[in-house]
Amino acid sequence: MLKALNLNNINKSYGLIKAIDNINLTIRDGEFFSLLGPSGSGKTTCLKVIAGFEAPDSGIVSLFDEDVTNIPPFKRHVNTVFQDYALFPHMNVRQNVGYSLKVQKMKGPSMDRKIDEILEIVNLKGYDLRKPSELSGGQRQRVALARSLINKPKILLLDEPLGALDQKLREKMQVELKNIQRQFKITFIYVTHDQQEALSMSDRIAVFNEGKIEQIDTPANIYSKPINSFVADFIGTTSIFDKDSAMKLFNLDKAFSVRPENVVILETAEDLATINKQQFYITNGTVADCQFQGSQLKITYLINNNCKLSVFKSLEGNINQKYEINTNHTLAWRRSDITVLNG
Amino acid sequence: MDKLLDSFSNFIYRKKNFIFLSFLIPPVLWLGIVYLGSLLVFLGHSFFYLDGFTGQIVYEFSLRTLKELFSSPANIDILIRTVGLAACVTIGSAIIGFPIAYYMAKFTSPKVKIFLFIAIMLPLWSNYLVRVYSWKLILAKEGIISWFFEKLNLEWLLDAILATPIIGGPSLSISYIGMFLVFTYIWLPFMILPIQASLERVPNSLINASHDLGANKRQTFYKVILPLALPGIIAGSIFTFSLTLGDYIIPYIIGTSKFFIGQAVYTHQGVAGNIPLAAAFSLVPIVVMVIYIYFAKRMGAFNDL
Repeated sequence: MLKALNLNNINKSYGLIKAIDNINLTIRDGEFFSLLGPSGSGKTTCLKVIAGFEAPDSGIVSLFDEDVTNIPPFKRHVNTVFQDYALFPHMNVRQNVGYSLKVQKMKGPSMDRKIDEILEIVNLKGYDLRKPSELSGGQRQRVALARSLINKPKILLLDEPLGALDQKLREKMQVELKNIQRQFKITFIYVTHDQQEALSMSDRIAVFNEGKIEQIDTPANIYSKPINSFVADFIGTTSIFDKDSAMKLFNLDKAFSVRPENVVILETAEDLATINKQQFYITNGTVADCQFQGSQLKITYLINNNCKLSVFKSLEGNINQKYEINTNHTLAWRRSDITVLNG
Repeated sequence: MDKLLDSFSNFIYRKKNFIFLSFLIPPVLWLGIVYLGSLLVFLGHSFFYLDGFTGQIVYEFSLRTLKELFSSPANIDILIRTVGLAACVTIGSAIIGFPIAYYMAKFTSPKVKIFLFIAIMLPLWSNYLVRVYSWKLILAKEGIISWFFEKLNLEWLLDAILATPIIGGPSLSISYIGMFLVFTYIWLPFMILPIQASLERVPNSLINASHDLGANKRQTFYKVILPLALPGIIAGSIFTFSLTLGDYIIPYIIGTSKFFIGQAVYTHQGVAGNIPLAAAFSLVPIVVMVIYIYFAKRMGAFNDL
């Protein structure tokens, strides 16, 4: 296994605030790796340490087994797509994209060919002479991408690159980014606070919280086997039962979480009879809220007057289905579907 | 009555331009008629001429005064001297001011920044004449600079500098070097502040992006920071250049007996009563500034404003 990046006991503080706290991380060559976490969790600082814009207070950063901790960013073979794109406003698209070639003193036809090639890949042919201020958000994003890809870096760092785009464009760019990563066969390190984005694009995800990494795993495992209540709560929709409630309701001595799609609503006695009581947890809930979400309803139940439980109910064939507030239902989910939480 | 006020307030809310115009018209009238009007009348005098015998202004359109301005070697000397010094002061202020502005914009905490702002503005709060006269004392033959050189046994160095043709003189307080120092000191805040403002608007991510794409610090400076700070440098240079072109107090106090444009204007319109020639002299800085701004614009200094 070729290690594209290795972070070893990295610490970084700003004054009294510990931005990253003893981080260890290994990323494989060619991986699409996401750093996921809420704002202020240290993921962007982590990216800056990898790019070299910030020096860690302690720890070692290695790229392809070479210690680069004290090497300035312009000597590291990584490139960054910035959150605000950081396009040079005084240069046109061509000059922006060709900037890294220009500083290497490349000239003439070989430089032109490289620029044309990359502009073709990101679908920006014909925009060569526009200034960044004359482009839309999506186009600027492509320029930033082209500019950092033109040198074919071994690692591309992306700092919330789709954050400023609208939902439709985001989804389109997610597919394009993934295609580009496959095409160039380079390692992507992708910072995002959008769990859906991280789940759908990544090979592996590191979940950040308060400067620490809570869990590193594949999207499927992060979703289905969250290691603690923070991860469970942050990824997808989930309902958490604390230790006391778990004990009281289900005679279970550990906190646990359950995904809304795993809960079934048992509206009639016949429904209840079909359930194997050995395999399911069963409880009663009062409807507290019912949201229409297009293909499904999201119903929030109040259980035992203090626990909230979210349930997704598919609307197949009955689009006008509704649950009145304050009605009582019996709810059940498989014992094997819960995630026991340690923290 | 209430109803009337009510409908009046509705009226001014709806007609936003009414308030805007009612505040704008008085200063526009003042600027347009009193200021620009009298300036144009004065400059228009450069197309009249002074009758040599009677000493009276002849109110007839003529290029005689302008011809007089550009045909006399003494006048040409005054123009070259003034424009040359203004250019040197501008370049000097830019070179001294840029690092200060850069430090303020990129490396300071908010508290230090406020302190530096006050430190830069503070000299502007004291009287201009007081500051120029104190420089006269600093630069004088018996002043602190000479004393300092003497203590270091470096009088020969000061003498060598003063012996330089053209820029030297009998003492710093009567030389172009002295004038340059005083002008640069006096106008420096006007250079620092616009550069600081323009650098403040350059996001750090652009500098990071440049490093990220392989540019070292020198390349980043010339390709990213300097071009983006250019509007600020140009704005600052418009201040320092035009203020130096028009000043007549510093050349009078610090300078040699050689005239600058400001002194020429002062003398011709005062003692000599030659208002047409004074007007022609004052036309020069305006024309120079228009040409300067034109070329700055052509070079793209204002493209990213």
